[in-house]
Amino acid sequence: MFRYLIRRVLWAVVLFVAVTIVSFVIFFIVPVEPARLIAGPQAPPDAVERAKKAYHLDEPVWQQYGRFMKTMIVDGSLGKSLATRQKVNDVVKRAAPVTISLVIGGAILWMLVAVPIGILSALRPRSLLDRAAMVFVLVGISAHPVWIGLILSYFVGYKLNLTPLGGYCDLINPSTDCGGPIDWFHSMILPWVTFMLLFAALYVRMIRANVLETMNEDYVRTARAKGAPESQVMRSHVLRNALLPVVTMLGMDIGLALGGAIFTESVFGLPGLGKVAVEALNGFDLPIVMGITVFATLAIIIFNLAVDLLYAVIDPRIRLS
Amino acid sequence: MSDDLLVVEDLEKHFPVTRGIIFQKQVASVQAVDGVSFTVKPGETLGVVGESGCGKSTMARCIMRLLDPTGGKVIFDGRDITNLSRAQMRPIRREMMMIFQDPYASLNARKRVGFIVAEALEVHKLGTDAEVKRRVQELLEVVGLNPEHYNRFPHEFSGGQRQRIGVARALAVNPKLIVCDEPVSALDVSVQAQILNLLKDLQQDFGLTYVFIAHDLNVVRHISDRVMVMYLGKVAELAERDKLYAAPKHPYTGALLSAVPIPNPEMGRQRKPVVLEGDVPSPINPPSACRFHPRCPRFHEGHCDVEEPPLYSFSNGHVAACHYPLERWPLTAEEFRKAQSGPTGAKATAEAEA
Amino acid sequence: MALLEVNDLKTYFRTDDGIVKAVDGVSFQVEKGQTLGIVGESGCGKSVTCLTIMGLNAKRNTITSGNALFRGEDLLTMNSRRLREIRGDDVAMIFQDPMTSLNPVHTIGRQLTEAVLLHRDVTKSQARARAVELLKAVGIPRADRRIDDYPHQFSGGMRQRVMIAMALVNDPDLLIADEPTTALDVTTQAQILELMNRLQREFGSAIIIITHDLGVVAETADDVVVMYAARIAEQGTVDEIFKRPHHPYTWGLLGSLPRLDTDTERLVQIPGQPPSLLNPPRGCRFHPRCPYVMNVCKQEEPELKQVTGDHDHLQRCWLDEQTKDREAAKLLHASMAEATS
Repeated sequence: MFRYLIRRVLWAVVLFVAVTIVSFVIFFIVPVEPARLIAGPQAPPDAVERAKKAYHLDEPVWQQYGRFMKTMIVDGSLGKSLATRQKVNDVVKRAAPVTISLVIGGAILWMLVAVPIGILSALRPRSLLDRAAMVFVLVGISAHPVWIGLILSYFVGYKLNLTPLGGYCDLINPSTDCGGPIDWFHSMILPWVTFMLLFAALYVRMIRANVLETMNEDYVRTARAKGAPESQVMRSHVLRNALLPVVTMLGMDIGLALGGAIFTESVFGLPGLGKVAVEALNGFDLPIVMGITVFATLAIIIFNLAVDLLYAVIDPRIRLS
Repeated sequence: MSDDLLVVEDLEKHFPVTRGIIFQKQVASVQAVDGVSFTVKPGETLGVVGESGCGKSTMARCIMRLLDPTGGKVIFDGRDITNLSRAQMRPIRREMMMIFQDPYASLNARKRVGFIVAEALEVHKLGTDAEVKRRVQELLEVVGLNPEHYNRFPHEFSGGQRQRIGVARALAVNPKLIVCDEPVSALDVSVQAQILNLLKDLQQDFGLTYVFIAHDLNVVRHISDRVMVMYLGKVAELAERDKLYAAPKHPYTGALLSAVPIPNPEMGRQRKPVVLEGDVPSPINPPSACRFHPRCPRFHEGHCDVEEPPLYSFSNGHVAACHYPLERWPLTAEEFRKAQSGPTGAKATAEAEA
Repeated sequence: MALLEVNDLKTYFRTDDGIVKAVDGVSFQVEKGQTLGIVGESGCGKSVTCLTIMGLNAKRNTITSGNALFRGEDLLTMNSRRLREIRGDDVAMIFQDPMTSLNPVHTIGRQLTEAVLLHRDVTKSQARARAVELLKAVGIPRADRRIDDYPHQFSGGMRQRVMIAMALVNDPDLLIADEPTTALDVTTQAQILELMNRLQREFGSAIIIITHDLGVVAETADDVVVMYAARIAEQGTVDEIFKRPHHPYTWGLLGSLPRLDTDTERLVQIPGQPPSLLNPPRGCRFHPRCPYVMNVCKQEEPELKQVTGDHDHLQRCWLDEQTKDREAAKLLHASMAEATS
C-alpha cells in the first residue's frame, strides 16, 4: 500500500511537470509579444526592450520555464500578472474559493439528484419514471449551460425575483453588497442548479446502467436464493457494487471542474478561476494562466489520488492485492 | 532422432514477477513450464493432459513461438526454431498451425469466413485470388461446412461450426503439425464428438500430426497415440496411450484417472476415487523437489521433498517422474483406504495453501 | 407425498424475436434423501427449470405455468414472503460459477451469516459460529480465520466449497446444484462430488443435480431426467437410463462420449445442432437429427409414455420397443465388451 502510494505520487510529479511544460510551450508558439502588452500599445521600442529584460522575456523558453519552476518551488510564488502586476498567488487565492463553492455544492446537488433517479429508473426500466428520467438526461446533456443559466436567471431571478441574477457573495467576509452564509447560499443556488443539470444527467445514465448490470450478476442471484428480501438484496449486494465506479467518476469530474467551470461562471458573473482564466487568456497574461494551470493540475492529481485511496478502502480486491 | 517431426528439449518458460517503484526488479518468477522434453513422430497424436495451471497452454504457445521460451530447445522438422527471428519463422509458420479453445473469441467477428480461412494462404502468397477462393471452398467442404457460406460472418454459425472454421483455417496451408489447445472443451458433447471425429478423419486423410492439449482425460484418451501428463510445469508421466491408462505409474496420473466419473452407474458405484486434498499450488513458489509431494498419497518424507525425481523409464517409452511409482492399477481396496486416510503431507498443503 | 413434485412446468420468455419456450411441459418428482440428475446439452432448459422452481427468473417477460409443489405448497404461486422463507432455508441452490456467485465486496463470513440470520432467530455470534462449523464441514482449513477473507482470496474449488457451505447452512431439505463442478478441474470435481455425497448422507437432503456430464450423473443420481429442446426426452432410474436407454437422443449422448471404460475408434455423432426454441421443429423435436426418423415423427410429437414392464421409466419416442431394446443392447454391448476385456 505504502509503495503504491509513493509510486502514485512520483507519477503525479511527472504528470505535473509535463502539463506545465506543455502549457508553457503553447504560450510561446502563439505569435504575440507579451512585452508589448506590459509596456503598453503606444510605448516606444526601447520601453518594450526594457520590459523584455525586466520580465526575462528575452531568454529562451527552457530558461524561462526553469525560472518559473524555481520561483514556484523555492519561493512558493507563481509570479506576477503581466497586465495588472498583481501577485498570481493572490489572484488564484481570491478566485479559487468561488470555484470551489460552485463545484462542491454542485457535486453534492448532482449526486443528490442522480443517485435516487438512477437507481429508481434501473429498478423500473421502461416505466414512466424511467422515461421521464431519460428525457431529463437528454435535455441535460444537449442543453448548453449558458442557455440553461440564462433561462434560469431570467425566470427564477428576474421574473420570480427569488434569487439574485448573478454575482458572488463571499461565504465569510461580507463586502459592501453582500456576504455571510445566507447571502452566499442565496447567490449560489442558480449556479449550482445550472452546473448540476449537465452532470446529473451524465450520472443518472451511468448509475442506471451500473445498477442494471449489477442486478444481473450471479452473486445477486445467490443473495435472492438465500431468501433475502429485495430491499436487502439491493442495499447490501447491488448498490455497493454498482456505485463503486461512480466514486471514480466523481473524483475525476470534481478535479476537472475545479480547473474552472467557465460557462457557469461567465453566465452568473462569478469571479472564479474559469472567468479569471478566460480574461487572462484574452490578455495573453502567461503568469495568471500558468497559475491557474498549476492549481487545476494539482486539484486533478489530488482528487485522483484521493479516489484511488478511497477505492482501496471500499473495494477489498484492490486493498488486498 | 531424425525421424521425429517435433523435438522439445528441456523447454522452460518463466514469467518474471516484478516489484519496484520506478525501476522494476524481478523478485520471483512464475515457472509456467519448467524443463519439459518430449518428441512427436510424424502422423501421431500426442495428447497433453493436466489441470488448470499445469503449463500446458504456455507450452503450446512456446512450441508455436507465440511466446519466446526462456530456456531449452524446440526442434521442428529437423531445424532448431528456438531462436529464429520473426522473418526466419515466417516460412515455418505455414508448417505448424494452431486450433484454439474458444470458437467465439478466436475468430475475428468483423471478417467473413472466406477471409478468415484464406488469411494464411494470402500471408504466404499461395495462389491467385481465384485459386484461393477455390481452395477455401474446398476446405469448407472438407470440414463439413457448406462452401456457399463463404461470405458469412462468424456470428452466423454455432459453436461447433465455428470450431470447424478454426480447423479449416489451420488446414489451409497444408501444415505438418497442428497444435490443438483445448479444441473441444467449450462444446457440448454431441458437437464435441463431431469435432473429434473430424480431427481423426483429417489426420487419416492428410497425414497430420497433432499435439492435442485438453483437461478431459476421456477426450485425450480417445484421440491420442501417446499421452503426456503435466503437473505444475513439469512432465509427470509420458507413455503410450493404453499403457498410461491401463497401468499408470505416477500417483498423480492415478489420482486423475480415478477422479474421472464413469458414465456407467454400476461401475461408478464401485469406483473409489483417490481424492487429492487441496488445490494445485501456485507456480510462483512451487513445492521443492517433486512438485506433487504435498498432495501425494505416496509421499515419503526426506526423499520426495528433497530429491527431485528424474523421469524413470519403465517400459518401452513409458516414463514417469516418481521415486515411488504405483506397482499396480487399479489399487487394491487396502491401498485405497490408505490413500483416502491421507498422508500427513496432504493435510499440510491444504493448510499451507490456506 | 414426494418432497418436490413438478407438474407440467412451462417457462416462456418474451423476446423481441418472439416467444422462447425455454421449458415446455416438464414434470418430475424428487423424494426425500434422493438425488435427481437432470442432463442435457446447453440450451435444453435444464437450468431454467430449476431457476423457475426457485423463482429466480426475472419477473419481466417471463410467463410461467404448471406447478412445483414443495411439501404440497406450490412454489410458483405462493406469495413472495413465503417463498423467501423457503428459499435458502428449506430449498437451497448452488450455482455453476463459483468465481462470480459470491459478492466480491463482502467477506465470506458476512455472506454466510446473512443466510443464517435471514432464517434463524439467533445472534450474530451464533450465526458466525454456525458459519464456521459449516466451513469446517466442507473442508476449508482454518475456517475460523478464513471466514474473514474475501472471495477473491480463495481458489475456485475452495469458493465452490464456500457456496456449498452457504447452501447447507440452514439444513435444507432440498439442494439444487446447477452444474456445480463444470468450472472445476477433475480432481477438484472429485472432491466436491465426494463432499456433496457425504453431506447428503449426513444431512439427508434431497438433491437435484443439473449437469451435461453423464459421468457425474451416473455416479451421483438415483433418478435421471434427460432433457432435449425444452422437453423431457426420457426419464427413469439411473440404472434404467444407462442400461436400457429408450430414446435415440440418449443413445446419441451415450455414444458421443469418449469414455475410459470403452474403446471406440469413432464416436457416434448426433448430426446437426439443437433446434431453436423460438421455433422448434414440428412433430418430435429430435426428428431432424434422429437417425431412426420415420414419417410419423415428422408429423406428430410422441407422448411421454411408460416403458412396458417398468412404470418408472418414461420415454418420448415413436420407435417400437423391440427396435429400442436391440439398439440399446448394441450400445451397451460395446461398453460391456470393453469393460470385461
